[in-house]
Amino acid sequence: MPFIPHTHDDVTAMLDTIGVGSLDDLFDEIPAPLKIEALREIPAGLCEMDIDRLMRERAALDAPPLCFIGAGAYEHHIPAPVWALATRGEFYSSYTPYQAEASQGTLQVIYEYQSMICALTAMDVANASLYDGASALAESCLTAVRVNRASNSRRILMPRTVNPIHGRVTTAIAGNQGIVLQPVAFDADSGRTALDSLRPYEGEDFAALVVPQPNFFGTLEDVDALTDWAHRNRMLVIAAVNPTALAIYKPPGEWGSPGAAKRGADIVCGEGQPLGIPLAGGGPYFGFMATRSEFVRQLPGRIVGRTLDAAGRPGFSLTLQAREQHIRRSKATSNICTNQGLMVTAATIYLSLLGAQGLAEVAEACRQRTAQLVQALGRVAGVHPAFPEPRFHEAVLALDRPVGPVLEALARRGIVGGLDLAEHYPELGPALLVCATETKTSADIDTYAQALHEVTNEPASDAA
Amino acid sequence: MSQILDELRYTRSHEWVRDLGNGVVEIGISDHAQAALGDIVFVETPEVGRPVTAGGNCAVVESVKAASDVYSPVAGTVVASNADLAAQPELVNQQPYTAGWLLRIAVDDTAAKPVLLSAAGYREFTATDGP
Repeated sequence: MPFIPHTHDDVTAMLDTIGVGSLDDLFDEIPAPLKIEALREIPAGLCEMDIDRLMRERAALDAPPLCFIGAGAYEHHIPAPVWALATRGEFYSSYTPYQAEASQGTLQVIYEYQSMICALTAMDVANASLYDGASALAESCLTAVRVNRASNSRRILMPRTVNPIHGRVTTAIAGNQGIVLQPVAFDADSGRTALDSLRPYEGEDFAALVVPQPNFFGTLEDVDALTDWAHRNRMLVIAAVNPTALAIYKPPGEWGSPGAAKRGADIVCGEGQPLGIPLAGGGPYFGFMATRSEFVRQLPGRIVGRTLDAAGRPGFSLTLQAREQHIRRSKATSNICTNQGLMVTAATIYLSLLGAQGLAEVAEACRQRTAQLVQALGRVAGVHPAFPEPRFHEAVLALDRPVGPVLEALARRGIVGGLDLAEHYPELGPALLVCATETKTSADIDTYAQALHEVTNEPASDAA
Repeated sequence: MSQILDELRYTRSHEWVRDLGNGVVEIGISDHAQAALGDIVFVETPEVGRPVTAGGNCAVVESVKAASDVYSPVAGTVVASNADLAAQPELVNQQPYTAGWLLRIAVDDTAAKPVLLSAAGYREFTATDGP
């Protein structure tokens, strides 16, 4: 049964009305080479029973392994009420809340979400979310170029310690708008962005410096020094942060040294997935973004505001819509005019359940588990941490052999051992990015350490 | 009937220009334009020192129903912008030709002279053309 509401007669009547012979004729203006005749990789349709069986079989192949990979998406415990509530019909099927009079519940959830993001980041305003952390970084770069009135530059300083996948997405989105991302080298000893690496850009015209916290290696950057440096050089600071980490580290709104003329990041963004969103197949996730009040009119995406109705009762509605595409057309702050409503609903419930203390406990547990993991794996011969502390919940391990075969051998033992950094950071040599969240027990960590010991001591023939 | 002052020059995109002497002009949007936009809630003006081109975007005026670009009638450099508009954007509605001015530009003499409408020309333009 096709789930298309138009009958053949409906379609014919519509085509007749506009004087077009067939559906194909309707798309006539698309040049033939751009059209795909058939999706050859896609098999014919299956009935519901068969697809159900196929999906169960596929799911079994993904039988929960012991997962020690982070690199931008993190396995956290999600309390059962989160999705039990988020999947209620009132939230699950609700659409874009244009009609405030019919959408107070959805609007209030988004408003509470925005307030929580502001509280986490110590910023003034947050939008209703973006697609994911990568697009939030891209939108942050675009925003920085628009709002930095002290600069005419379309260049952004992008440390190599920023998530390289987010960097690629940013290049794809912002690059097409003439924005240039200037990579900044990291210090090979500390795994951080050192002020020395920024010296070549001292006094140069850049719109902003991106400051990751923690960085892609899991290492904590010296955010105060980086923030002061950027502001001294008339650049804005874009903080790219992990939301869980915000519970235990200084929020971006307070970055910078106490004596500095200007304090705090100017724009904050990050991947919201750790806040109650399952890893799934890499999405759907959501991106968060917050800034100072003075930049609110340049913030992309939806914003929900609290207001009074005609009778003076409090209520919620979309606000500052003149920034958006349906009003400002091509001059809109962004062509993104939606938000990840359902993911944000889950995140809001997650944060409500945990509270500030609960989130801090999760973050602290992650930090401790990772410290324990690094210690355990570091005892394996030929394995040692590539960078020193301080770190949050990830670490880079240097190996004495190529990482790929080691990960394959671990996978055969049901362990996802981490991310091979060879593709993104060849200069590190064999390097493995590992992560342990609160979901890993001491026994899990011992299991991994034992397995790593075994696979690195297997006879050479086994590796071939 | 919207007000059109005889001593000012105008553009077809509804900006007005006042010659302040010494090569500096003041610009704003016409009474006709502010009436068409409705209640103005925000005005974004450029940083002093920023170069502008004739016909180039130099400010944004946001009303409750639209956000519109303001195009510079002349080429030059911004020497002042109306700081009062940050707290009182409604000045553009209330006094479009005086307290609601947007910015002052030091005109670039080397650029081609822009073609501006006289008050009579603009009166005729708004009478025959839509906003």
